[in-house]
Amino acid sequence: MRQGEPADQPVFPKWINQIRPLVGGALLLAPVYAIMLVWYGGSPKTTDIGYAPKQPVPYSHALHAGELGIDCRYCHSTVEIAARSAIPPTQTCMNCHKSIRATSTKLLPVRESYATGMPVPWVRVHDLPDFVYFNHSAHVTRGIGCVSCHGRVDKMDVITQVQPLSMGWCLDCHRRPEKNLRPVEYVTKMDWVPQEDQLTLGRRLKSSYNIKPSTDCSTCHR
Amino acid sequence: MSTALIDNTYKDPAVRPTLVLGGQDFTSITEKVCGIVEAPKPPRIWYICLAVAAGLTGVLFAMVGYLIVTGVGVWGLNIPVGWAFDITNFVFWVGIGHAGTLISAILFLFRQKWRTSINRSAEAMTIFAVVCAGLFPAIHVGRVWLLYWVFPVPNQMSLWPNFRSPLLWDVFAVSTYMTVSLMFWFMGMIPDIATLRDRATTRVRRIVYGLLSLGWRGSNRQWHRYERAYLMLAALATPLVLSVHSVVSFDFAVSQVPGWHTTIFPPYFVAGAIFSGMAMVVTLLVPARQLFGLKEFITLHHLNNMNKLVLATGSMVGFAYGIEFFISWYSGNPFERFAFMNRALGPYWWAYWIMVICNVFVPQVFWSKKARTNLWIMTIVCILVNVGMWFERFVIIVTSLSRDYLPSSWGYFKPTWVDILTMAGSFGLFLTLFLLFLRYLPMIAMAEIKSVMPQAGLEHGAHAGHGQYWGEIPHQHEHQFDELNGVKR
Repeated sequence: MRQGEPADQPVFPKWINQIRPLVGGALLLAPVYAIMLVWYGGSPKTTDIGYAPKQPVPYSHALHAGELGIDCRYCHSTVEIAARSAIPPTQTCMNCHKSIRATSTKLLPVRESYATGMPVPWVRVHDLPDFVYFNHSAHVTRGIGCVSCHGRVDKMDVITQVQPLSMGWCLDCHRRPEKNLRPVEYVTKMDWVPQEDQLTLGRRLKSSYNIKPSTDCSTCHR
Repeated sequence: MSTALIDNTYKDPAVRPTLVLGGQDFTSITEKVCGIVEAPKPPRIWYICLAVAAGLTGVLFAMVGYLIVTGVGVWGLNIPVGWAFDITNFVFWVGIGHAGTLISAILFLFRQKWRTSINRSAEAMTIFAVVCAGLFPAIHVGRVWLLYWVFPVPNQMSLWPNFRSPLLWDVFAVSTYMTVSLMFWFMGMIPDIATLRDRATTRVRRIVYGLLSLGWRGSNRQWHRYERAYLMLAALATPLVLSVHSVVSFDFAVSQVPGWHTTIFPPYFVAGAIFSGMAMVVTLLVPARQLFGLKEFITLHHLNNMNKLVLATGSMVGFAYGIEFFISWYSGNPFERFAFMNRALGPYWWAYWIMVICNVFVPQVFWSKKARTNLWIMTIVCILVNVGMWFERFVIIVTSLSRDYLPSSWGYFKPTWVDILTMAGSFGLFLTLFLLFLRYLPMIAMAEIKSVMPQAGLEHGAHAGHGQYWGEIPHQHEHQFDELNGVKR
């Protein structure tokens, strides 16, 4: 003790005692909070689901695929034969829109595109990282329905991402594909429901389609 | 004080050497140790050292920044030598840390009283060395922002680290080591920080040391719990002395590279780690004791003991070098034989012989007591040991990788300026932290050192109310040390 200093002078003022449990609790909860924040806040379930960018043309899947019942493959014509499911060219739109609502102002960018030959700048919603190789045809021709990844598109006015499209999500299905398999003829049917237990059906289809999904790194990261 | 008192290295087996010289008593120890922290200004040389060390730390940060922005191509390593300065520095720094744990944990359990003067600074050195060590694996991964992948964190990729890989075991070994060492160091400091708090004259000091001392009041109950906890932490830390560097050695031994795939690696690495760590303690403490006038605490007896450990572990390392050659011959494996012949006589012969001379031959001077108690000789020997131990890791890592099975895949590693400045910078970081520690924290365990003084009365065996083991609460039996203090009643 230095000279001239009272021996019992407290280091901290008295009111510190009142906030002490608060500080202790905060210190205990802080790591929990941080973990939860990163775990849920950083998860693609939080960051990516619900992505619905504004498109240059207010195209409604609910109207075209739902109400009018146009098959997915009418526009996304390469889905069964190619890795990429094509975004339709303007010509596909104009097949109908030359005569239907031919003067609508909402369709102005489409007509413009048709006249100039420059594509409509659609905004891509389901966008996997460039280091991931995904093949639509491999999935669609083996009994994975559109709805499994893209959700009820026939009810969406604006296309919205409904699945996380994360690696863990992909692997979940690659490890247990029977949860999502359906007869190939129903892949584009949005409102299909299994007539029997999904797992029983899935297991049967898995063996009859000879489905052995690989989980090697090089399956998707080529 | 007389010169006779300075030399406490003479060993009459019947008499325990005095561990604190210069007729110190409890008050004077507190004054002396706290005085270093409380002095308005540290010695001028401290500022000079800090300026140099902080400058080097700046270089380190610049190099790390350059590396992160540009990529690992700024280093000289490339296939086949994929590990070079980065992992050499990592193993070197982890090894340095081992002396601190040995002194603080194993010597504590073995009741080696002389540890009390040096354990605090050795533990501090451990922490700072592990900080430097942790940096290198972190930056060598290339994409540092993905570093958290080394930990088994549940993630959106459903990916886990490879639990069969020693690299993952290394993450656990080193992080456990860091945690336990930090707890040990900090907990051991609490009573001394409380002393600093009680003596604090400024508001800032009172608050900072007040927070750090965790409400220590020095009551009997607190001391009792403290000593139990300290003993338990020592028991927890003891296996770490052996396990951490064993696991580090698995990084090499578990692979199939000739020159790495040897079962002798774990004990050989542990001996080498203690060897280099002890040498680093001596290298740091000799200047520190001169600088802050602590010759009466860190006495020649302490340095003598540490130099003996340097000699012992250095000879073990030398023995391991010999055995490695024997086994490579005895194995009958041509690749193994080639790996070792190539080490000694191949393109890296110069590194190999620097290692052998510094690690095996130089420490042999410590057979002589004169060398063990001469400050200049011990400093030079210990610096050379550190050089040698750095080269040991370099030789193991680089020579083994530079010669693949096919001569078409042979290579020769040359460090770039970034490699060299990063290594130099890590020494800057280490020294900066150590210099700050010397100035702002009690560098000698005041409470502990008082218990090994005659005044503590613990030399007289157990008696009513006082246990026998030396970690006992220091207490005074006034009549016992009147004579020592020159008090006449």
